[in-house]
Order: sequence, then C-alpha cells, then structure tokens
Amino acid sequence: MDTNGNLYTFIYSTVMVIVVATALSFTALKLQPLQEMNVKNEKMQNILTSVRVESTAETANDVFAKYITKSFVVNSKGEEVQGVAAFDINLKQMYKKDAGERELPLYEATLADGTKKIIIPLTGKGLWGPIWGYVALESDMNTVFGAVFDHKGETPGLGADINASWFEEPFTGKTIYEDGKLIGIRVHKGGKGAAIAAGDTEHGVDAISGGTITSKALEAMVLDCLSNYKIYLENNKK
Amino acid sequence: MSTKNLKLLSDPINLNNPITVQVLGICSALAVTVKLEPAVVLSISVLFVLAFANVIISVLRNTIPSRIRIIVQLVVIAALVILVDQVLKAYSYEVSKQLSVFVGLIITNCIIMGRLEAFALGNKPWPSFLDGVGNSAGYAIILIIIAFFRELLGSGTLWGIQVIPDSFYEMGYTNNGFMILPPMALIVVAIIIWVQRSKSRELIEAN
Repeated sequence: MDTNGNLYTFIYSTVMVIVVATALSFTALKLQPLQEMNVKNEKMQNILTSVRVESTAETANDVFAKYITKSFVVNSKGEEVQGVAAFDINLKQMYKKDAGERELPLYEATLADGTKKIIIPLTGKGLWGPIWGYVALESDMNTVFGAVFDHKGETPGLGADINASWFEEPFTGKTIYEDGKLIGIRVHKGGKGAAIAAGDTEHGVDAISGGTITSKALEAMVLDCLSNYKIYLENNKK
Repeated sequence: MSTKNLKLLSDPINLNNPITVQVLGICSALAVTVKLEPAVVLSISVLFVLAFANVIISVLRNTIPSRIRIIVQLVVIAALVILVDQVLKAYSYEVSKQLSVFVGLIITNCIIMGRLEAFALGNKPWPSFLDGVGNSAGYAIILIIIAFFRELLGSGTLWGIQVIPDSFYEMGYTNNGFMILPPMALIVVAIIIWVQRSKSRELIEAN
C-alpha cells in the first residue's frame, strides 16, 4: 500500500486526530470529578494550615467542618452580605470587579483552646502565573497567627519556595499595622536574616534569594488583599 | 538479553549521552536543576514518556506517511504527556503539583523527538523501548549530577535537607548565589563534557 499518497495521508491524519481526541476527552471527563475534589480538598487544607491545623486530603472535609465555625462574605464597607457561599467564591474573578462591588469571603476558625482566628484569602500575580494564599489574624485584627501561600508555576527552587514552611513560618507574630496605618508584611531582600538586618522585626520577613520578583509580588498581594478588608478589620478588632 | 540490546541501554549513558554528546535537552537541564528533587521527578516522567512514545511510534512505523511523520510523533508525545498529567491530577495530586510546568516541558524536550526520529522509526518495538529507557537514563544521570552540585553549592542543601554544617557558615562560608542562576548549569555541563572527553578519548574530534 502506498503510504505516501494524498488520500492515505488525509485519512491517516483524520483517524489519528479523532482517536487521540476521543481518548483524551474521555479521560478528562472521567477524571474530572476526582480532580475537582482534589482541588476542593486542597483549598480546605490550605485554610486549615493557615491556623496551623494539620489535615490530610482524606480528613480535610471533617476537620474543616470541625474547626471552621463560620464562613461568611463581607463587602468593601465591612458589612456582611447574606446569601452568598464564601467557599464557592472565585477570588480571582471577584478581584476583577471594582473595589466597591466585591464580595469578599472570610472564614472564622475556633481552635481547640477556644480562641477565634479570622482567615483572609489572598490572590495575586507572581512572576510566571497566579499566586494565592491565606492569612490568619488574631482577634486584634493586627497580629498574624499563621500564613500559607501557594503558586501555579513559580521557578522551582526559587520563587516556588513561597509554599515552604521556612518562608511561611516567620509571618507568625508579625503585625500588619504600623502607627495605625495598614502596611501588610514587608519582604526584605538579602537572604537569611535580611529582615533583622533592616531592623524590621515587627512587620518584616526574609525574601527568597533568587526569587525576589515572586517575593515582592507576594508582598504586594498581601497588602492589596488586606486593604479590601480594611473597614471590616477596623470595625471588628478587639 | 543480547549484547546488541545491552548496548542500546548502556551507550546513551556514557559514549552517546543525549546531553553531553548529542547535545539535546539542554534547555530542561538548565531549567530544573536548581534543586535535586524536581530534577529526579522530571527524569522519571521523561523516562515514562520516552519509553512509551518510542514503542508506539515503532509499532506504527510502517503505517506512518513520511510527509507527516513529525506531526504524528508530536501528537503521540503530546497525547502521552496530557494523559500523564490528567492521571496525576486525579490520583496523585501532590506529585502533579510538584511537576507543574515540567509536564508541559516534556513535550518540547528535543531528546524525545530526536529518539523517535532517529531510532523508533526504523526499529522494532523492543529495541525501541530499550533505546528510550537508555536515553532517558543518560539524560537523568547528567541532570542529577548538575542538580547535585547546584543545590549543594547554591543552597547548601541536598533534597531540601541542609548538609553544610552551621559551623561552616559561622566561619564565613557563604552559599554561592551564582550557582542558582541558569548560566551555571551550562558551565557545569561543560565541565562534565570536559571530564567525559578526557576519560573517553574516542569522543574527541580529529581536528
């Protein structure tokens, strides 16, 4: 058979494309529910990690129900919005709206010792793609209790380390207000100990060496997102 | 296993190494070798994709119209990579997050197309499979050597665990930040090529 004829080539490529497309779409459809569940579980795990509650993909659902006692939505004036499920809000889409129209999700965690923390979701742009995270605040709405970050495709070994515990842990205990002004958390360039060297122990953490652009993007994300909740934070601090 | 088949496995590891001799796949050798872990994970994924793509192309080799053979190769590679990606996302979400962009990078890895074109199109499935395994092993070895030195000298860690003792840092030792940057991967590759050629003199060109 002449495998170089025009007709054969046409039929061959058509059949190939149909077979491959069918196989791939079948796999994608079959696996979609599992993949979506993974994403949902991971979101729950991230929220729980920000208040330092350990969970696995299997237990995430139960642990989330136990510790996250309230999830609600506020607008930019700090008023609670009814009838919107906080967990289902697509934060990235929400931040495309004007500041005044945003519906901002919030989670309240009640820990084993009875203390309440408020968890604020974050979203922003890293060097190569989206970055996101959660910051948990003490009830004074100023001190950071814990923070967790993640990314889509930051440089492995460099910017990608924003989801490493050595980067996240120093956020704990830092404060986001300086002299009554919301400043977020500053990220200091210059390797380990840079924040201390700069004399910024109250609001500063070390940037990632070689991952400065991601670190700076993260700094901007924290401030931008917290600013949306400014009125709520100030009205509810204890 | 015959000597001929054994040679298919061992040749690409040293004398016909895809990176240091064929000079293919340099791009990913540079991108993922800052740390040891992603280098190993990518090597395993390349092994899987290359071995199976080689087998599939080899099975189809007598039916593929030669005018569109590159397109057919690309479709096979891309389909395998997407399949791997989807399955990982569903059943091994943690690993899929680690691999993130690398999975896509496999499609553009020149070693894979190079082997399909140079070997699988003209050989039976079993030798093609061995050729795929051999070449990805040769690729993996170089990647791991580079990542070892870059992580050790650049971050003072191996597999994320600190290996250079704190006392060294107290004595004034600092990590070489230059090792983290891409150019150092090329310099390490060059050093490996240098060492390899001075050991295996048959690799040195006559002029």
